[in-house]
Amino acid sequence: MAAALRDKGQRGEKGREDAVSHDAPIPWRGVVGQVPALDTLGEALPPPSPSVTREGPPKRRLHLRLVEHQVVHAETEEATGSRCALPVQGIVGVTDPSQPVASAAVGASSAPAKGPSKVTQWVKKLFQKKRRAGSGIPARTSIRTLVWIRRLAQTGFFLLFMYWLVNTAFRGSFASTEQNIRMTKPVEGFLLADPFVALITLLSSHTLYRGLFWSLGLVGLTLVFGRVFCGWICPFGTLHHFLGWLLPSRKGKGAKRVAANHTRPYQKLKFYLLYAFLAAAAAGVVVGGVFDPICVMVRAVGLSVLPATAWVSTHLLGMASNSNVRLLQVSADATQDLLARSVFQTKQYYFHQAWFIGALFVAILFMNRIVPRFWCRALCPLGALLGVMAKYAVVGMEKDHAKCTDCNLCIVHCQGADSPQGGVKWRQDECHVCLNCETACPEDVIKFRFFPNWKSRTTELVPERRTALASVAAGAAFYALHRQSDASVAEVNYNPKGIRPPGSIEEHAFLEKCIRCAECMKVCPNNALHPAFLEAGVEGLWTPILIPRIGYCESSCVLCGDVCPTGAIQKINETQKLGKWKQIGKEWEVAPIRMGTAFFDKGRCLPWSMATPCIVCEEFCPTSPKAIYTLDDVVINRKGESIKVQKPVVDPNLCIGCGACEKVCPVVDQPAVYVTSVGESRSKTNVILLENTSYNTKT
Amino acid sequence: MPPKSKSPPVETLREPPSRREMLQRAGLAAGVMAGTAALAKWRWDKGGFGQHFAEGQRQVRDFRLRSDPGPLDLAIARGKPEDPTRPPATPTQLVEAVLAAMGGMQRFISRGDVVAIKPNIGWDRTPLHGANTNPEVVGAVVKACYAAGAKHVVVTDASCNDPGRCFQKSGIWNAAYAMGAEVILPSEHRFRTMRLRGDVLDEWPVYTPLVNADKVINLPVAKHHNLSKYTAAMKNWYGVLGGRRNRLHQSIDLSVADLATFMRPTLTILDAVRVLMRNGPQGGNFDDAREAHVVAACTDQVALDAWGCQLIGQKRENLAYLKIAEERGIGTSQFEKLRTREVSLV
Repeated sequence: MAAALRDKGQRGEKGREDAVSHDAPIPWRGVVGQVPALDTLGEALPPPSPSVTREGPPKRRLHLRLVEHQVVHAETEEATGSRCALPVQGIVGVTDPSQPVASAAVGASSAPAKGPSKVTQWVKKLFQKKRRAGSGIPARTSIRTLVWIRRLAQTGFFLLFMYWLVNTAFRGSFASTEQNIRMTKPVEGFLLADPFVALITLLSSHTLYRGLFWSLGLVGLTLVFGRVFCGWICPFGTLHHFLGWLLPSRKGKGAKRVAANHTRPYQKLKFYLLYAFLAAAAAGVVVGGVFDPICVMVRAVGLSVLPATAWVSTHLLGMASNSNVRLLQVSADATQDLLARSVFQTKQYYFHQAWFIGALFVAILFMNRIVPRFWCRALCPLGALLGVMAKYAVVGMEKDHAKCTDCNLCIVHCQGADSPQGGVKWRQDECHVCLNCETACPEDVIKFRFFPNWKSRTTELVPERRTALASVAAGAAFYALHRQSDASVAEVNYNPKGIRPPGSIEEHAFLEKCIRCAECMKVCPNNALHPAFLEAGVEGLWTPILIPRIGYCESSCVLCGDVCPTGAIQKINETQKLGKWKQIGKEWEVAPIRMGTAFFDKGRCLPWSMATPCIVCEEFCPTSPKAIYTLDDVVINRKGESIKVQKPVVDPNLCIGCGACEKVCPVVDQPAVYVTSVGESRSKTNVILLENTSYNTKT
Repeated sequence: MPPKSKSPPVETLREPPSRREMLQRAGLAAGVMAGTAALAKWRWDKGGFGQHFAEGQRQVRDFRLRSDPGPLDLAIARGKPEDPTRPPATPTQLVEAVLAAMGGMQRFISRGDVVAIKPNIGWDRTPLHGANTNPEVVGAVVKACYAAGAKHVVVTDASCNDPGRCFQKSGIWNAAYAMGAEVILPSEHRFRTMRLRGDVLDEWPVYTPLVNADKVINLPVAKHHNLSKYTAAMKNWYGVLGGRRNRLHQSIDLSVADLATFMRPTLTILDAVRVLMRNGPQGGNFDDAREAHVVAACTDQVALDAWGCQLIGQKRENLAYLKIAEERGIGTSQFEKLRTREVSLV
């Protein structure tokens, strides 16, 4: 299989050689014949401008659009390469930059001394009818329409994703007081439609949770159209697409962009990752969620980007509302209210090690400057999975190799690096079906159609079987090695900080389900849930943990289970969460869901050790009767005065581990009351009390 | 880059500056030095360890009526029938009865006033739990304010639990909005740090919508509280503070008194439709509250607390903050001395 790829490389070379012996003039090679696209249009090239002479030799980097001058391609405008300047040297090869053509192009880029202003030129350019390179045959209207539909779809799905993400929050409503608070929108919709999530959780837990059934729709779509999800729907893909177009690096343009968009061996990496993740999932941990694109988006945008934006907006608008200008104050307050009601929340959110998640996100986005859609090509396991399915898609590309002039326009705009050019086989498993190549092709070489002639496609997914096997082994080994080490929370080491959200299933099952999508953390109204770093072991990276010091679990809230797409946190109701206490008999009729147990650090507690009344913990304790009760005492302070204090004590039979006491403890840095995971009702081993022990009935 | 030359023209260097140039340079240098000195003087950090002390006058937000010729100081409406089969008076009826007894809302609200109403919306509990002010009471008060000619009525509180949840679950959002009030969720930007200069409360973030008004109506609910024993009118002002309120409990009586000194409402209306008897201040079980069907209105928040504590079986002698408040002259705990009227609606 490696041979096939190498062979393809050779064929690519060969294709170029063929092109050299082409009869027709090839504008982009500039090797043979004259260049009609540049000089047959009869428009006089403007003379070199003074700016050029002042700067000495003309710039070596030239703008493709300006070189063509009249033959700019409108349809290919948005794609990865066209905004960037193509160094004519790279493509044209023999064009001497000091020749008049090049100088003229440079001259055109800077406004002539007495010509129209830059703004006028720019406006003119906007309305100028742009023509396509090469033969000048425009792409079919149908394909141009389809590309516009794709852009609309991308924008629409991206906005839908952001809308749902921003609304993964409870901001209060006018609903009646009796109505249970749930998400009114399917905010986790993108995750439910994600077949990678469905597959790994199916492999690990042998069940398909509720809404994950929707992913079959995407499977069906892929089996017909190929990886349309990547090119048309995926919000992360859209972000890469947009950034690759908006911010290409100086080193990622032109010939380098063409080179970057060639099919490369690194693209196999995502398949290795996919197989490793599937193996790990089959073994029992769905660590693949770390790399799932929707999970990455929810996690990074929800936990890093949005809170950071909120912080910036609060501080900027805060400056305005602190000013002495009444109008400014009022409008800043109104804006902040509006933002708090619609986009952010009424308070700033702080997430555990969110800077790290944000930094990784920025790094991945930054890669687009050098290799467009690096994430989609090299890392995305969902893309890899859809690529495997795309093998059976009925829509595909047909190429007329003979017509290809090797102009590379298709490659410049290629999203998936799937070899759309003539002379080589199209890689169906890499193609995002963005249709840029067909739009860009001036010679009508490329055509997408139903049931095409499959001659010029290949779907050799994993060229090196050994490497594939090795990655499967690596995935399984990761699991086994981790579980046998003392870092495994599930097996041996109960990390006191590994407090799971209410309704979480037992730790082994939890790791089989939790895809680290951060929906629960985003929706948590009190900023209580956070992505774990190593608190839940290496395999628990970015799984949710409760950090009561930052926020406590709101006692009647069940939203984390409501948005969990995989059932790692079950969809519980309020009665299940809070339990039912029998006032008569003083015992639980329905046991509540416990996340842990609170403990007092008496050395730091004000009533216990500092002769100071406090018991805020007792005030905030949400259970009824309160799990924290107080012992009245009279203590003598240093002055010899008798101080009446109430010393707080925890009743482990009533404590649900919500962490409200820890949150409100006035000993701010290291609280005098803290919650650890012991006593959580999901575990049969991480417990303190003998089952059904009721200290209340014993006394 | 200037053009490179092998040897700089020596003559130009030696040439003495002209008088004009010399003056220009000297002037520039003097200007720069003066500017630097001015900047340094202006932004001079003199060092030292700055510590804040409560100095000067106490801050007071006094919304009471200046000359109050009203007929009553304290009005109480009871709506619980002795025969349990008969329906009790509705909260709206109770509110209307006390307001009518007090001389009508127009006694307190002038035409064009901006009114801030401060119910207790502290907890994520339903009205039956009795942890928050009854929504119907809030709605009736809002309605009365508008009827008295208020321009704008704001209903808000700085909640303890998640505000969105508290405002919905308490039913107050719905009820107040239905009557045309603006309900403001306590966003962080709505707090401004103020120096209250109290005994224990010095610098605290204050919830601005509650103090930026012409008239303020305190609308507490009568509740049990483990530390302060009884919480209603005076302790309701905890909701005017932001920041880490959990420190206040170390000196709860003084801080309650400080807050009551800071906030002097136009009118206080006590909601005792359901009274939280135990497990306060947030309850949790419906059994924790009992039906009392009482609403009382008073111009003296101290007297109202002294009277109200009887509802949960407390005695005013046990409430230290009442004593402090009385000593400070905020009000009187001897509610018997007030002009009182009780209305029975059954």
